[in-house]
Amino acid sequence: MIAMPCVSADGKPTKSGMEMLSALKSGASTPDALSGATGMPMFRVRSGLRQLVNAGFVKQVDDKYQLTQEGSKLVK
Amino acid sequence: MILMEEKTDEIRLPLIGEKAPDFEAETTQGTLRLSDFEGSWLVLFSHPADFTPVCTTEFIAFSEIYDDLKKRNTELLGLSVDSASSHIAWIRNVEEKMGVKIPFPIIADLNKEVSIKFGMIHPAQSKTETIRCVFIMDPESKIRTILYYPLTTGRNMKEILRIIDALQTTDEHKVATPANWNPGDPVVVPPPKTAEQAEERTKEGYDCKDWYLCFKKL
Repeated sequence: MIAMPCVSADGKPTKSGMEMLSALKSGASTPDALSGATGMPMFRVRSGLRQLVNAGFVKQVDDKYQLTQEGSKLVK
Repeated sequence: MILMEEKTDEIRLPLIGEKAPDFEAETTQGTLRLSDFEGSWLVLFSHPADFTPVCTTEFIAFSEIYDDLKKRNTELLGLSVDSASSHIAWIRNVEEKMGVKIPFPIIADLNKEVSIKFGMIHPAQSKTETIRCVFIMDPESKIRTILYYPLTTGRNMKEILRIIDALQTTDEHKVATPANWNPGDPVVVPPPKTAEQAEERTKEGYDCKDWYLCFKKL
């Protein structure tokens, strides 16, 4: 089974996934900004974004990332 | 260097100066690609097996230099042909028994895909385990140093830090570093390429033993 640190096997965001979603909601929209906001190294941010995009919580628009409707519902 | 392997036709190992081949692998911190590390220096290293004595001392030692590596914009990525579950059990054991947290990801290369790509299995040492390899890559994923150690010899962390310091100094100042160099020591000025430059070199204010061997302080 492929490990997914930002999205668990049941398709829900993990703790680090939720941290990324919250940072996106707060306005961080690039990997650099997300790394700064969450304290995660860039390699984890890039890998996490891939998983969150695949799970449908985040979408990429040009070089920036934003929450999808699905993702927005999860972050207060 | 060509490695023949039964499950692949022919694999050419990446050499110094070349961009490392990208890969996607399962790790203790999720599925990672080599390209995820671009923008940072990277030490990709293999170890023979989890729950073995020399590897445990090395993992503790790598963890001890983790902050020093971070100061050098350098990430660590371990690898062995064990499973992610085995890696997780081992690092939990190291934390519980030795009090050391392993902060970097470890590739679970069960199908040996990455090990073969990087020439980490030396059959005369072991057909089933990776030897102790170190690939130091720059922020463009270009291979800058390759070190191979046998199964019985643990790596020297000071040397790994010293190599990264030397490579970063070379990149920043366009100089070379002499034998046994350490940060703060004089560096070597690249030798002149023409007779005219050679004539000028000894008058340029460097500490020259002769026209082809000149040092300067940074």
